[in-house]
Amino acid sequence: MTAVLQRWGRWISEHLVLFAGLVVLAYTFLPISVVVLMSFNDPASRLAYEFTAFTWDNWRNPCEPAGLCASVVKSLQIGFLATLGATALGTLMAFAMVRHRFRGRSTTSLLVFLPMATPEVVMGSSLLALFTSAGLSGRLGFWSILVAHIMFCLSFVVVTVKARLAGLDASLEQAAMDLYATPWQTYWRVTFPLAFPGILAAALLSFSLSFDDFIVTNFNHGNTITFPMYVWGSAQRGIPPQVNVIGALMFLVALVLVLGGDVLRRRRPR
Amino acid sequence: MSAAADTKPPARPRRIPTGYLLLLPGIAWLLVFFLVPTMQLVATSLYDPAGSLDTGYAMTWSWSNYVDAVTTYQEQFVRSFLYAGTATVLALLLGYPLAYAIAFKAGRWKNLMLVLVIAPFFTSFLVRTLAWKSILADNGFIVGVFKALGLVADDGRLLATGVAVVAGLTYNFLPFMVLPLYASLEKIDQRLVEAGSDLYASSFTSFRKVTLPLSMPGVVAGTLLTFIPAAGDYISSELLGSPNQYMLGNVIDNAFLVQLNFPIAASLSVLLMAAIVTLVFAYVRRAGTEELL
Repeated sequence: MTAVLQRWGRWISEHLVLFAGLVVLAYTFLPISVVVLMSFNDPASRLAYEFTAFTWDNWRNPCEPAGLCASVVKSLQIGFLATLGATALGTLMAFAMVRHRFRGRSTTSLLVFLPMATPEVVMGSSLLALFTSAGLSGRLGFWSILVAHIMFCLSFVVVTVKARLAGLDASLEQAAMDLYATPWQTYWRVTFPLAFPGILAAALLSFSLSFDDFIVTNFNHGNTITFPMYVWGSAQRGIPPQVNVIGALMFLVALVLVLGGDVLRRRRPR
Repeated sequence: MSAAADTKPPARPRRIPTGYLLLLPGIAWLLVFFLVPTMQLVATSLYDPAGSLDTGYAMTWSWSNYVDAVTTYQEQFVRSFLYAGTATVLALLLGYPLAYAIAFKAGRWKNLMLVLVIAPFFTSFLVRTLAWKSILADNGFIVGVFKALGLVADDGRLLATGVAVVAGLTYNFLPFMVLPLYASLEKIDQRLVEAGSDLYASSFTSFRKVTLPLSMPGVVAGTLLTFIPAAGDYISSELLGSPNQYMLGNVIDNAFLVQLNFPIAASLSVLLMAAIVTLVFAYVRRAGTEELL
């Protein structure tokens, strides 16, 4: 009897951390399951935050609330362009910082690091102060959101791509050069394919940062309504359940992308 | 310099200029849209508060803006750091076992668990926070359990309290804690821990003497990555709290966008930044020396 208890005790203590971890994971998934559940909610009133009745209607007509889908499209556009801009600028910077010597290296690193260490509310308000003093406060909108998003995504791209490049073996490029590849060929045939996973990760990170950004956008959006701005605005009046449909959809699409990517990577022989 | 390079054949061909060319666009972007705005923010914080957006502001070096900002919004200041600090400690307590489990106990499920850690990020920050509003609703399950346990008074609630705001902050920034913790735990050489147990250390002692000190870089990075955004956040306090739970972010947002009182708003922003930078430096220095001991 005691032996059994001891074995049980040992098994529990060995797996205690794993259980604690799983409990924490379950906690992080609690809100997600609520989002999915509420996306099937047929609310009694617009201010209802509790589940009243099941319906498929929200999934059938996700665009029913005025302006919801337009705001999603706006966020997708901004997210796409901001990703493009930040990934291009950031990748160039990362290449320069890893592969080239230049003066002011530590200043450059500091300039890249600072936006990541600055609270969003400070970045957003400083941009507003700048745009206002430049007399642009009446013309804020799509462009000012885009400019701001490229700015705060840029540092994350530099850090991500830099990490990938620093892990690459420079002798591969030297080998290509020894085999009479031009610098251009070396870049496109050797360096870029090796750096690509890092660049892709940086682009995905940028997109999710931009798509989800509320605070910086709130200061600089003018009259342009992105998806987070829409949710914020409707939180005051009562959230339409379709917002949860969009939230659940985003979650599903991202999960499929990430898990799909993982499966593909595993299948490919190394 | 470039003119000279054009006339004479350069000794080290193109190396240095290419580096600068690659850097230029990104650096320019960060200068114009990060550094210049920050300087403009500091300038705005010293403008004459008597001006307005229509009439324009005069630069009068009004240091009194800072005094006004602190005396008026002292409460929100203290609350921001209190809430962010509490949320950071809670995230560390929750995140450490999770990171530890992923690094050492998950086996072949490691990658899946890592994906699950960041998965909540896949959906919108605001939608997630609003989900907490449903979870903590007045006639919801959690409040019912808390009432039965006597943790909440019978007519009490969780929404519109500090508890709800701290819960929201903890939840939203937890992955920022887990990922750096995992990264530093994963790097630990397991032989060091084994050496500890070979020398008759109990598993708790070898954790305390070996694993924990070696994971300190992750603890420092994780707490900073959680604390900094949490201190500036105002989504949780707005959606899960009431004006009694407002943090500095709410005040800054309101002063800039509703009251249009730019000088006071800017001085609040500068103070938040300065306070965070000071805290971070003090903390990193402290953590750094502790590691040496």
